Amino acid sequence: MSPDLLLCLLAGLLVGCGVHLLLARSVVRALLGFLLLGNGINLLFVVAAGPRGRPPIVGLGEESQPMADPLPQAMSLTAIVITLAMTGFVLALAHRSWQLSRSDVVEDDPEDARIGLRAIENDMSESDFHGGVDADPRHVDPDEAPPGTVPEEDDGSDPDPDAAPVGSAPGEGAEPGVPGSDDAEAGLDADRPDHVDPDPSTPEPPARRPGQEGAL
Amino acid sequence: MSGEMLHTVLTALVPLPVLLPLVGAGIALVVRTRTRLQRAVSVTTMSLVLVIAITLLWGADTQGRLLVTVGGWLPPQGITLVVDRLAALMVLVAVTVTFAVLLYAIGQGRGAMDRESGGNAPVPIFHPTLLVLLSGVSTTFISGDLFHLYVGFEMLLAASFVLLTLGATIDRVRAGISYVFVSLASSSVFLMALAMIYAATGTVNMAQLSVRLAELEPATALVLQVLLLTGFAVKAAVFPMSGWLPDAYPTAPAPVTAVFAGLLTKVGVYAILRTQTLLFPASPLPDLLLWASLLTMLVGILGAVAQDDIKRLLSFTLVSHIGYMLFGVALASPAGLSASIYYVAHHITIQTTLFLVAGLIERRGGSTSMSRLGGMAAMSPGLAVLFLVPALNLGGIPPFSGFLGKVGLLQAGAEQPTPLVVALLVGSVLTSLLTLYAISRVWSRVFWRPPSVAPMTEDNRLERRYERRFALAPGVVAPTAALVLVGVALTVAAGPLLAVTDRAAAELLRPDGYVALVFGGGEVP
Repeated sequence: MSPDLLLCLLAGLLVGCGVHLLLARSVVRALLGFLLLGNGINLLFVVAAGPRGRPPIVGLGEESQPMADPLPQAMSLTAIVITLAMTGFVLALAHRSWQLSRSDVVEDDPEDARIGLRAIENDMSESDFHGGVDADPRHVDPDEAPPGTVPEEDDGSDPDPDAAPVGSAPGEGAEPGVPGSDDAEAGLDADRPDHVDPDPSTPEPPARRPGQEGAL
Repeated sequence: MSGEMLHTVLTALVPLPVLLPLVGAGIALVVRTRTRLQRAVSVTTMSLVLVIAITLLWGADTQGRLLVTVGGWLPPQGITLVVDRLAALMVLVAVTVTFAVLLYAIGQGRGAMDRESGGNAPVPIFHPTLLVLLSGVSTTFISGDLFHLYVGFEMLLAASFVLLTLGATIDRVRAGISYVFVSLASSSVFLMALAMIYAATGTVNMAQLSVRLAELEPATALVLQVLLLTGFAVKAAVFPMSGWLPDAYPTAPAPVTAVFAGLLTKVGVYAILRTQTLLFPASPLPDLLLWASLLTMLVGILGAVAQDDIKRLLSFTLVSHIGYMLFGVALASPAGLSASIYYVAHHITIQTTLFLVAGLIERRGGSTSMSRLGGMAAMSPGLAVLFLVPALNLGGIPPFSGFLGKVGLLQAGAEQPTPLVVALLVGSVLTSLLTLYAISRVWSRVFWRPPSVAPMTEDNRLERRYERRFALAPGVVAPTAALVLVGVALTVAAGPLLAVTDRAAAELLRPDGYVALVFGGGEVP
């Protein structure tokens, strides 16, 4: 088999650009990178199909000439369809990310960043080699009764598993001022310094209907 | 029943672990508004697949490999499905943990699943998506065609994208984006490997590849092997391609994390196991794999030790223990492969159980942060037991299955005492001890210490608001307990199970039997 040099070069170019874009932090750029990468690989399948030939349909064209190999084409078609579906999903994800944070930049994991920061600051306060919270059992939050005071109705005395309502479980009494989910969501947004405005199109969290609780 | 009839029946069962979940997913999607009906459909499907998987394992063990040529298209053009002992065992374990997770999710109720997004999440899609995930996982296990394997991967990836971003809250979207791109990149590498394999050999049928790759120039075959390994290693979270996992998994709802932790990385391990033994038996690249295995173990577990969040800690132990499975594959000896297969079965079960227990801790204690939890042993002794058994199992305490798997691997390693293997033996013992340390940290902080609570400061005020405590309903405890028992059963039934994995390893090391089956014993085209 003698591969087509031009196709090989083009595939290499597309894959190279694709990899470069895929490394970007912007979701849309990375998506374009994935698309280029996918197209480069599809060209690779065309290269893999070997020399051109007559259509791979029996009884069509000159019987003496060799047929083109249809299998790589079937494979690249499958890959194209899969790429299309994945692109749709990533676009939806990028849109949602923009809806929530007005940016399509992939952000660092906060917990990762927190632990990294503690390592830089040499903060040993949560480690086993520091007295920390382990040492002082009286270190109790005044706002909150210790979890031991939760009424013991766990492990099976709840008659209806689905009816354990969010925000009104008996153990909830420990925190008197638990806000509704509206407040909680606003709190999450306010936590983000670069936050502009909650998307008006985001629907309000509806009041929980009783029938919804157990609908998983 | 005559032998031939039995064989026909067993062969007819082969495609069902793929087909049934897909059909079930379709029906569950149609009846998504009718909760009880949807649950009935999912549970029925899972039960059927579970029975079929048990039958297939029995069949593959007693009758030999089972072959189906899909649609009657003969190999090498047509797709072949091959169920051997390894594939059947993997399907069985996968169905078992997915079933437990499904029951857990049903017991948890819908409210808990989407409380972060205020009830807006399209949670009725959970059941169909989980079924599609199972179907994709089964596809990769029973496929005898490399391109079909790729399609199986994409099926399970698409389902996992949906599950990971369920509810599309800000954290899940962030975690989802990086997970999606890492997965897409690894799939692209796999696809590139497929195109090059086709260019080099003119086939993607694994049996035919087994013959043709051996005839290639060694350098060409090496490129193809490394490409395939890279693609699979990202999915299996092998160091240095493991960084995505601890960021992606912990944000998802507990049942989703559990099924991901159990299954998705092991699908990558399975693909490595299959391609290394079937396609590249002559050049197993032992040194490369041994180094990857050693670094995966050590880096993973050192990451786990530094964590504060239980789910993140478990994610790091998950990465670390992938190293053990890779160790067995790298040894490429009957004992190593057998121990590796046993370890995969053990690890899928235990890791899923631990993530489900972490979900219970979150429900009961309102958080998964070790610095905020405390006194859980007094508050909920049953939960403490549910945690302790799989945790000791993971840490490799005798007599649990983690211990048996590790001893098997150490014995297999001791048969080939090269310096690198000896380093790995030391490394795996060290990893085991560090796992025990990480797990005992969770135990002493979350369960044993007095219920001290960190003060409410301005920093954690917002987080503390989210902490909600629930009573543990029997619907979530029972599936978790059942899975803990399955983990214990791996120990109790270790004798027969290790006999099966021994035979599976022997089968893997005879790829000519596989080739002969696919081509009916005739000439390989």
